[in-house]
Amino acid sequence: MAKVTYVEHNGKEHTIDVAEGLTLMEGAVKNMVPGIDADCGGACACATCMIYVPEEWLAKIPGKEDMEETMLDFCEHTQANSRLSCQIKVTPELDGIRVSLPESQH
Amino acid sequence: MSTSGTNGIVIIGAGQAASQAVMSLRSEGYEGPIRMIGDEAEPPYQRPPLSKKFLAGEIGFDRVELKPVEFYANAGCELLLSTRVAAIERAKKVVLTSDGREIAYDKLIIATGSRVREINVPGFDLEGVYYLRSVADVHEIQKNFKPGAKMVVVGGGYIGLEVAAVAKKHDISVTVLETAERVMARVVDPIVSHFYERIHREEGVIIRTGVTVAGFEGEGGRITHVVSGEGESFPCTFVVVGIGIIPNTELAQDAGVTVENGIVVDEMTRTSDPDIYAAGDCTNHPNGVYGRRLRLESVHNAIEQGKTAAAAITGKDKPYNQVPWFWSDQYDLKLQIAGLSTGYTEAVTRGNPAEGRSFAVFYLKDGVLIAVDAVNRAPEFMMARQLIAKQAKLDPKRLADESISMKEVANA
Ligand SMILES: Cc1cc2nc3c(=O)[nH]c(=O)nc-3n(C[C@H](O)[C@H](O)[C@H](O)COP(=O)(O)OP(=O)(O)OC[C@H]3O[C@@H](n4cnc5c(N)ncnc54)[C@H](O)[C@@H]3O)c2cc1C
Ligand code: FES
Repeated sequence: MAKVTYVEHNGKEHTIDVAEGLTLMEGAVKNMVPGIDADCGGACACATCMIYVPEEWLAKIPGKEDMEETMLDFCEHTQANSRLSCQIKVTPELDGIRVSLPESQH
Repeated sequence: MSTSGTNGIVIIGAGQAASQAVMSLRSEGYEGPIRMIGDEAEPPYQRPPLSKKFLAGEIGFDRVELKPVEFYANAGCELLLSTRVAAIERAKKVVLTSDGREIAYDKLIIATGSRVREINVPGFDLEGVYYLRSVADVHEIQKNFKPGAKMVVVGGGYIGLEVAAVAKKHDISVTVLETAERVMARVVDPIVSHFYERIHREEGVIIRTGVTVAGFEGEGGRITHVVSGEGESFPCTFVVVGIGIIPNTELAQDAGVTVENGIVVDEMTRTSDPDIYAAGDCTNHPNGVYGRRLRLESVHNAIEQGKTAAAAITGKDKPYNQVPWFWSDQYDLKLQIAGLSTGYTEAVTRGNPAEGRSFAVFYLKDGVLIAVDAVNRAPEFMMARQLIAKQAKLDPKRLADESISMKEVANA
């Protein structure tokens, strides 16, 4: 279990206990956090599950695979700290993480 | 916001489009009652994993369901599962369930999806012949994943090929029989078909094209052989048939709602009855990008029409008018398809499909990009999605030239 805080684009926060092994995407979608569409359900095929991860947390997460990297490269709201939340598995080290959501996934 | 009347909204079907409609109705501010009636035992779930990770046993149902079941109660949506709708009575504005209940609606959303096309050959009812549409189907198929098992897949479409890839990982011997001269013939160019045939063969799958199944033979009521029209016999311990789907339109048709290769809706998902909407696999809808009507079988289509129906019911116009897209996972290959290639005049290949595992095919119609098939090629897929929507005219030479990045191709 890890406590994850999702911050919507309008500043609204959702703090959720996400079970280990689930992805950050699933933690949001299963708990009604708006702002992550996840159309493909985690197949790394749609790029509608983007989040921004603060620097200090990025170091605790395995890096992007090619597919994720290139998908992000073509999304509208991508920043240097963008990740696809369906590609990030929740581990105990992520307890306390805060991630923020883009203005839109399209 | 509420619709007129107090009966609220009834949704027939509890799948991808239905689940999206509930979410969107609430986010659009609808506060009245919602009832969702579905004939499966499970709350709405994703079907793509049924031929991928869920079939492989890599993930459980908790990761396949779209929302935890509590979501619906919290959202004020009553779920009537394992319940089939037998008829719609438009004059009374009620639906009748097969167990004799009458449920009234102010607005109705038909989201009944599609069902598998059954194979009509001798022996069709032998034990060990399966289809794949539901979680229940997966459980049955998985019982056959045993050492020494031999599977024959009838139909070389996405679903059949995905099942072949999963079974191969489980060390099952796999033969795919396809009537057409190549796999996935209905949707992709021969370049892509031949690429997938090569990969499956390299993985140890036997792919036989131009083979029509004439019958199933068995012993003691259980399948042992698939027999072709040419009299060839393929021994097996089980069979998975994937020869296409049929949209579930009978309820609408019997109620006198216009049906023509799908329930006919407009870009706002409205049917011929002003109180009835339809979304997902069961619809035939207009698409402005292509200037014609489409019936699609994809998650994206179900999600977007679910959103549009919810918006329309709450008085907002959010026309559904997008570039269709789809994906398929086989082995380590991610195929992403955007657009529809029907009617293309030129296919342009980027990368080398004869070697390796990554390339893309662009489909142009009189110079305008109308579709892409991208295998492990996210940039090509992502860029093409945008370019197809813009109906961009592209230079085939630049598209094929890998020394020019996709962004440069797009900006030319
Ligand atoms: C094995 C498999 C793999 C797939 N892979 C992909 C993929 O990789 N990518 C992709 O984009 N798409 C994929 N698809 C297609 C995608 O899953 C469908 O397009 C999508 O589920 C359609 O959503 P829907 O809501 O229209 O229908 P469904 O999700 O099928 O939901 C309809 C529901 O209505 C129920 N129903 C029907 N009639 C009645 C009735 N009279 N009363 C009560 N309930 C009724 C049905 O039983 C069903 O539960 C796949 C489909 C399958 C089967
Ligand atoms: S959910 Fe589709 S890419 Fe993450």
